[in-house]
Amino acid sequence: MKDISNKTILITLWTLTSKEIRRFMRIWIQTLVPPAVTMSLYFVIFGSLIGPRIGEMDGFDYVQFMIPGLIMMSVITNSYANVVSSFYGVKFQKSIEELLISPMPHWVILLGFILGGVSRGVLVGIIVFCVSLIFYPDFEIANLGLTLLVLVLTAILFSLMGFINAVFADSFDDISVIPTFVLTPLIYLGGVFYSINILPELWRQVSMANPMLYVVNTFREGMLGISDVSISFSLTMISIFIFVFTSLSLYLLHKGIGIRE
Amino acid sequence: MDNFALEISDLSKVYSGGTEALKGISLKVKEGDFYALLGPNGAGKSTTIGIIGTLVTKTSGTVKIFNHDIDQNVSIAKSILGVVSQELNFSQFEKVIDIVTTQAGFYGIPKSVAKPKVEMMLKRLGLWDKKDDQARTLSGGYKRRLMIAKALIHEPKLLILDEPTAGVDIELRREMWDFLKEINNDGTTIILTTHYLEEAEQLCRNIGIIDHGEIVVDTSMKDLLRKLDVQGFVLDLEEPLKEAPYIHGFEIRLEDPLTLVTAVSKKSSINNLFSELNKIGINVKSMRNESNRLEELFIEMIKK
Repeated sequence: MKDISNKTILITLWTLTSKEIRRFMRIWIQTLVPPAVTMSLYFVIFGSLIGPRIGEMDGFDYVQFMIPGLIMMSVITNSYANVVSSFYGVKFQKSIEELLISPMPHWVILLGFILGGVSRGVLVGIIVFCVSLIFYPDFEIANLGLTLLVLVLTAILFSLMGFINAVFADSFDDISVIPTFVLTPLIYLGGVFYSINILPELWRQVSMANPMLYVVNTFREGMLGISDVSISFSLTMISIFIFVFTSLSLYLLHKGIGIRE
Repeated sequence: MDNFALEISDLSKVYSGGTEALKGISLKVKEGDFYALLGPNGAGKSTTIGIIGTLVTKTSGTVKIFNHDIDQNVSIAKSILGVVSQELNFSQFEKVIDIVTTQAGFYGIPKSVAKPKVEMMLKRLGLWDKKDDQARTLSGGYKRRLMIAKALIHEPKLLILDEPTAGVDIELRREMWDFLKEINNDGTTIILTTHYLEEAEQLCRNIGIIDHGEIVVDTSMKDLLRKLDVQGFVLDLEEPLKEAPYIHGFEIRLEDPLTLVTAVSKKSSINNLFSELNKIGINVKSMRNESNRLEELFIEMIKK
C-alpha cells in the first residue's frame, strides 16, 4: 500500500470544495448581496443618470459598454476575497491543522480552495449579469464560449492570487492591503468604465502595462465583440500566470511556508 | 517481534529563531500501548507531536507510524493517525455535526458511510444533544469532547492527545479517562501528554519524560514508580499539638496544630509510626497521601 486511492482523493476534494461553498453561502448577506447592491448603484449612476450624457463608447451605449467591466470587477474582487479570507481564516482559527494532519495531498488542498473561490466568483458574475439585465434588458452575448472561458480563467487566476496572499498574511491587515491598494486601483484604471482609445497616447501606453486591462477587454470581446487588446495574447498571458501562480502555491504548501513551523 | 505504533529515530528540530527544541530524540511505542509523554513547559512535547502530525517541519531524523515513514508514505501514515491538539482547531462557526462529518470527508469517508459513524461517535462522547449547535456556543468541556470526536472519526490506529484534559473539570476528566481506557482496550494505541501526573499514573502503562529536547526517561510506569524511596503522608490529629513529636526513623513536621506531615521510607512500616504516636498519646483521626507520587519522581528526573 503506497498511497491513497483516487476515490478517496475525490471524496476529500469534494468535502473541502463543498465546505468552501457552504461557507460563503452561509454568509450570503456578506458575500452575494453586496456586489448586487454596489453594481446596481453603478448602473443607476453611471448607466442611467450620467451614461446618456456620455453617449456611446466604442459604438455601444455606455451602460452596455460598462456591463462586461462591472461583471469582471465583481468576479475579480470576489474570487480573490473568498480565498484570501477563507484560507487566512483557517490559519487564524488553526483549523488548517484539520487539513494538514489529514491524508489530503497538497494539490487537493489548493484545488479545494480555488474551486471555492471560482464558485463564488462565477456566481457573483451571474448575479451581476442578471442585475445588469434590469438596466439593459436587450443585452446579447456575442461569444458565449469565450465569455465563459474568460470568466472561469479570471476566477481561477484571482483565486490563486488570494491564496498566495493568505499564505503570507500574518494579520487581517495583510489580507486587505493588496485588494485595497493594488487590485482596486488597477481594476478601476483597467478599462472597466472607459475604452483606452479615449486616452492620450502616453496614458494609453501606460494602461497597456496594466494586467487588468487584458482581463477586462478579453471578457468584453466575449460579451460585446470589441476589445482594445489582442485576445490570443491576453488568453496566453492569463494561462501563463495561472501556471506560475499554481506552481508557486504548490511550492509554498510543500515547503510549509506560512502554514508550518 | 514487537510491532511498533510509533518509531522515532534521531529526531531533531531547530526553529528558525535558532531554538533547538529537539536534540536527536529516539522513541518507540508498542502497538496497543497507552504511553505517557511528560515534560515541563517548553521541553519539546508539542514539537514532537507537531512533527508526527506533519504540522511542524523536522530538521532531521525519521518518524514511522505503524512502519509507514511520514516522508515516504505520508498519506498512508496520516490516514492511521489521529491527533487531538492542545489548542482548539475547528471552525467556531460551524455546527458540531458538520465539523465531524467534514473531518470524516477529509479522510475519504463518503457522507453516507460517515453519517452513522458520526452519530455513534457523538452519542458516545455525549455530544449528540449538541449536534446542531455552533461550535463557538459549546462549553470548554464539550469543545474538548468535539476535538476527540474529530480525531477518532476515521478510527485511527494511533491516537495522540496533547494535554486533552487541560482546563476540564474533575467529573469530565474522569469520564474522558474511562473513554480513553475503553478505546485503548478496543485496540487503539494512545500517546498522551499531560500536566496532570495523576492522569498519566492512572492511565498509562509506559512513560517517557522529555526535558530540554532530550528523552531523560523511557520506561514502564511500574518500574518508574518502583524507584520511589519515600512516600509522604498527611495525618489529621484528634487533638492539637504545640510542636512536632520526635520519633526515631521518621521525619515529621507540624503543618498546623491539627496536622502532621511525614515521609515514610519503603524500609519502614507505617504501623510503627502509628504505635509510636499512640505511645506518646497522639491519636490520628485520618490519613491521606501528601502528594502525587509521580510528581515527586518527575521533579527529581528533570532536576538531574
